[in-house]
Amino acid sequence: MDWAESLILLSPQLLLLVWALLVLGLDLVVKKAKDGLAYLALAGFAPPLLAAIYLLSQGADASLLSGMVRVDAFSLYFTIIASLAAGLVIMASLEYMKVRTRYRGEFYGLLLLAALAMTLMACSTNLIMIYLSIEFMSLTSYLLVGFFRDDPKSSEGGLKYFLFGAVTSALMLYGMSLMYGATGTTDLTEIASALAGMRATMPPTRFLILPAILLMLAGFSFKMALVPFHQWSPDAYEGAPTPVATLLSVGPKAMGFSILLRVLLTALPLFQFDWVAILMGICLVTMTLGNLTAMRQTNIKRMLAYSSIAQAGYILVGIVSIGPYITISGVHGVLLYLMAYLFTNGGAFIAVIAFSHVTNSDEIDDYKGLVRRAPALAAVMVIFLMSLAGLPPTAGFVGKLLVFGAAVQAGYYYLAIIGVLNSVISVVYYFNIVRQMFFLPPAVEERLALPRFPMAAVVICVVLVMIIGLYPQPLIDLVSRSVTVLAMIP
Amino acid sequence: MEGFPILTVITLTPLLGALVVLAIPRDKERAIKLFAILLSLIPLVLSIVVWFNYDSQAATLQFAEEYQWIPTLNIKYRLGVDGISVPMVFLTALLTVISLYYSSHVIKVRVKEYFFFFLLLEMGMMGVFTSLDFFLFYVFWEIGLVPMYFLIGVWGGERREYAAIKFFLYTLSGSVLMLIAILAMYFAEGTFDIIEMASRQPFSDNTFLQGLAFWGIFAAFAIKVPLFPFHTWLPDAHVEAPTAGSVILAGVLLKLGCYGFLRILLPIFPQAFQTYAPIVGVLALISIVYGALVSMAQWDLKKLIAYSSVNHMGYVMLGVAAAAYAGGNMAGNPALLDSATIAINGAIMQMFNHGIITGGLFLLVGVIYERAHTRDLKAFGGLANRVPRYYAIMITTCLASLGLPGLAGFVAEFMVFRGAVAIVPLLAVLGVLGVVVTAAFFLWKVIQGMFLGPANEKWAGLADMERYEVLCMVPLIFFMALFGLYPVPILNIMNNTVYNMLHTLSLMIGG
Repeated sequence: MDWAESLILLSPQLLLLVWALLVLGLDLVVKKAKDGLAYLALAGFAPPLLAAIYLLSQGADASLLSGMVRVDAFSLYFTIIASLAAGLVIMASLEYMKVRTRYRGEFYGLLLLAALAMTLMACSTNLIMIYLSIEFMSLTSYLLVGFFRDDPKSSEGGLKYFLFGAVTSALMLYGMSLMYGATGTTDLTEIASALAGMRATMPPTRFLILPAILLMLAGFSFKMALVPFHQWSPDAYEGAPTPVATLLSVGPKAMGFSILLRVLLTALPLFQFDWVAILMGICLVTMTLGNLTAMRQTNIKRMLAYSSIAQAGYILVGIVSIGPYITISGVHGVLLYLMAYLFTNGGAFIAVIAFSHVTNSDEIDDYKGLVRRAPALAAVMVIFLMSLAGLPPTAGFVGKLLVFGAAVQAGYYYLAIIGVLNSVISVVYYFNIVRQMFFLPPAVEERLALPRFPMAAVVICVVLVMIIGLYPQPLIDLVSRSVTVLAMIP
Repeated sequence: MEGFPILTVITLTPLLGALVVLAIPRDKERAIKLFAILLSLIPLVLSIVVWFNYDSQAATLQFAEEYQWIPTLNIKYRLGVDGISVPMVFLTALLTVISLYYSSHVIKVRVKEYFFFFLLLEMGMMGVFTSLDFFLFYVFWEIGLVPMYFLIGVWGGERREYAAIKFFLYTLSGSVLMLIAILAMYFAEGTFDIIEMASRQPFSDNTFLQGLAFWGIFAAFAIKVPLFPFHTWLPDAHVEAPTAGSVILAGVLLKLGCYGFLRILLPIFPQAFQTYAPIVGVLALISIVYGALVSMAQWDLKKLIAYSSVNHMGYVMLGVAAAAYAGGNMAGNPALLDSATIAINGAIMQMFNHGIITGGLFLLVGVIYERAHTRDLKAFGGLANRVPRYYAIMITTCLASLGLPGLAGFVAEFMVFRGAVAIVPLLAVLGVLGVVVTAAFFLWKVIQGMFLGPANEKWAGLADMERYEVLCMVPLIFFMALFGLYPVPILNIMNNTVYNMLHTLSLMIGG
């Protein structure tokens, strides 16, 4: 493969890199027109998105940089999610950050770097690269969470996130080194064949594999905020600038799942029995604990944080229910769910941004009577909450249908039942917000003057949530293409 | 009529209307009301067209439509009606028009939202009665939840928030279990087609899974019906809902559950249903007797009628359980098959009649509550002279409800008992107790308590029914009398469908 071809295959990443550096560089030069930088950053999500779509349509499938990364339908699918997430978040930030910080150039530069890190996570196929991209993602996130350095909550969130992240990434690195010690390689495909070879020879190093898997899972769980590595997320979400919380809830989480799928399916298919057992436990605890805790929250960002924990639990149902193919598997469900979740949770968070931009409040109580103060916002919020709760005809329903369907297909009826009962529980707190917005009278009557860009982003999200909910076939087709490139369990 | 997607139009016109309502400025209340009422006439007219063009001799699925939707999952947009759904579609359309017309006079706040949600609700209900694909069925089933939640929560009575979320959570818990069962059937048989599924008889080789799927779906429908002991959401929701909301709740939403039993559970799981029919039958009996007794204990008129719904739905379920219990024994036993057919015919008729009768009763509760601002039966007395029109209409409806011969309620209950007594005699005999108690509380509490006895001076100035209120009741009274004296039109519609369904299932599991 010549270098030109490699450059084209890596164009989404390269474009993001150039764009991020451009924004950061211009920030040094431009003194007045900081708004221009914001618009420039906003424009930055489109080229990588288009490049990814182009590559996908060309059927790109190649291993690059000595097997460090792989550009295929699977990684491009996640690249699309990452670019869309970045685009929505930048759109939601424009007015919000303008009145809240002077350092907008840095902010958008970091956002674009975070997007770059996400796209790298999407295509890593080597333990080293996986570690580096996760660390890259984490470092940009720590900075973004603590971006309001004069706000104690923001700093606290950033620090907590950092401490947790440091510990778990050490664990993950240790796990990776054990894996390397046992198999002598860091490449995912080679690990798979080394493990297959070990099954024949049974060397004593085989006892290292399970601890290695456990430790690596700890690291991934941190990114996806799975129980018990979730405690950072409510504080980080609450303290972080809300656009950053939006990004954290949809972007890195999705990328964490992409890495998890790659590692489990490419490198560890022989250990399916073990990781399914571990993840099933995590999955049950994650959705139940997330839901039960979310019920008690009074701050909408914290509630959404716990709700995203629960949502990650539902997505895990798809991963543990990877059965033999019939027409549709748990992996399809996971991928579709993540796209649906991007617009659903992203939309809900951006609606929160629009609200708190004018009211400076994230308290659920302040949503009282919102339908009189901002009917459009209240209406779209209902759709996002319905989608989060998994009610038809929204994207969230299709996602849940596929992951719980996978559980049923795999014969894990109890898992499916616990999953759907959890979604019933989740209605309690999701619809508590609906209750506040529609049933209770507002404390103040005055209409809200909502910011334009976040509302535009919300509209995009709501339209996509409905389209995916009513006509998911195109997305299912796309997902099917992305899934087929993953090496499946023999 | 060929090629005109009449069922799609019936189902989706309300959605279109809801979206248009959304576009009308909120201060143009008259326009919103007028538009919503006129629009709801379209499904009504079309449902009458369907009724008269339905070939009841063929008794197949008619006006069928089928389009690809999600081919990967073999999900299709399939609509169609048979003798069970035609009366339900008409009932839904009729009650929606009446409810909207009544609401246009009494709803004063947040008019735009109200009519939006009401039309959305109509779409959900119509969709359930017309869809023949599990996925579509489930989507409509759940879509109906949200507007009702809003109708109760925004325009309801004092404890509306509690009632709204309770209604939502109860129904949702049942429906998610049904979803799992639907998914399990899909992965076993590879189809979401409800009719196709009935011919495949999923899990016929695995009684454990069959039982699980049966009870999963049972949960969804039993909560909706509601069958004892899943009925506790009903008094809250019915009492707190605004008048038109109660009309639709009692008139149509409860029928969704009964309809599910007939459309899905009975044809798809006849074997499991036959096994578990004694349990269902006993629950139905408890609903009948317990519902009637609890109803008699109420002093709140609306609550009394709400509990009487538990009792009335019990008759429907008794008919269904009796037919299910006959199950495979009907093969080669024409007398048993006839009895089962009569029981189910009675059940469907009871569904329709309960819709118009109890729908009417809730309207009448609304009429008195608008004036007196109380529903306490002890507070009334001697109203007969004050409000003669109201008295006449109320007494007719009450008598229809308690099953007076000559009015529609009697025919249905008679048929249910006639069918059930040949199959499950003990349950039928005990069930008659419910009829007695129902007669007791309607006569004693409602008629005697409200209208007879010494006049309470407090209500000297009580106004009689207005023209629009009478107008709302006219079609309901008309059908109570028509189907009481001459039930042939509605029985003709359903009879062959029911007979064929029972015949097929008896051969399938008994032959």
